[in-house]
Amino acid sequence: MLDLFFTMLVPLTIAGVALYGALRRVDVYDALVSGAGEGLAVLARIAPALVGLLTAVYMLRASGALDLAAHALAPLLDRVGLPSELLGLMLVRPISGSAALGVGAELIETYGPDSYLGRVAAVMLGSTETTFYTVAVYFGAVGVSRTRYVVPAALCADVTGFLAAAWAVRLCFGT
Amino acid sequence: MTMTVIWTGMVVLSVLCSMATGQQAQVAAAAAEGAGAGVELCLSVAGMMCLWMGVMEVMRRSGLAGGLSRLLRPVLRRLFPSVCRDREIMDSISANVSANLLGLGNASTPLGLEAARRLSRKSPGVASDALCMLVVCNTASLQLIPTTVAAVRSAAGSGTPFDILPAVWLASALSVGVGVSACKLFARIWRN
Repeated sequence: MLDLFFTMLVPLTIAGVALYGALRRVDVYDALVSGAGEGLAVLARIAPALVGLLTAVYMLRASGALDLAAHALAPLLDRVGLPSELLGLMLVRPISGSAALGVGAELIETYGPDSYLGRVAAVMLGSTETTFYTVAVYFGAVGVSRTRYVVPAALCADVTGFLAAAWAVRLCFGT
Repeated sequence: MTMTVIWTGMVVLSVLCSMATGQQAQVAAAAAEGAGAGVELCLSVAGMMCLWMGVMEVMRRSGLAGGLSRLLRPVLRRLFPSVCRDREIMDSISANVSANLLGLGNASTPLGLEAARRLSRKSPGVASDALCMLVVCNTASLQLIPTTVAAVRSAAGSGTPFDILPAVWLASALSVGVGVSACKLFARIWRN
């Protein structure tokens, strides 16, 4: 039953949105195409960053540095239920969105999208944001330099998101 | 600049580490492989990402996004008690949050910055409690349908790329809840 729901979720959403738009006399096809064009623009903007970052990530992984760091931190991460393979993802997530996407996609590819690790990586990507980048954009734009408690509060949310991602995947799928 | 430090650090560390572990050849091959993987990743997620951005645009033009923002108003009044009487600020905040929920990244940032600009006019130079709340809400992921992640999963061969939705909602809700509570708590103890 749940399987059918997720199978139908995408087609039903698309059909529902199109029908609603058409009934509201929106030029649905024109909106769809112009939105899709924006999607291409986003991809063009992040592609160079992904090339650069995946180069560095692949090099770091091949050099064995990530294994060493994960090995050193494994006992600590184990204790809170976080797989140490995801350390790199958790480190870059608050700093750069495209780097996190690159590292996450690499993990999902390596361990398989439907494995425990692949799912936790996906949920981490889906339930956290690029904290430091966002803080910098907002406070930079309004010229506020005294950010008070924003960074600690946002980091509390990020750490919760990471812990909750592993927990929620165990809850919904087992390990 | 931050990314310069991080990227250079990663590359230099790999070279140093490869000398220590004797994996120089692997690192050399990985550099070429990684660059190709960056382009491959973009191409493999392109179709699904464009499709979803298109669907989101239909939602925006047909007024679904505006309806969502009206639904949110009662909740947001509680999160921003100090400015809830200011109609313009509340309008831009609810538009920002609903764009975030729908994953309209390009629309949500300008709306959020507009709200932030109005909030900062009331206390120049220092972040007010309302501004802190707005920024923390924007650093947490509110997106209901994480389309990019689903595109990556589908590209990696998952038959049901959206089956992580309940887990994503659960983790996002906890993360946002903790962020909002931390804001409310810190606002009380962080006087100045």
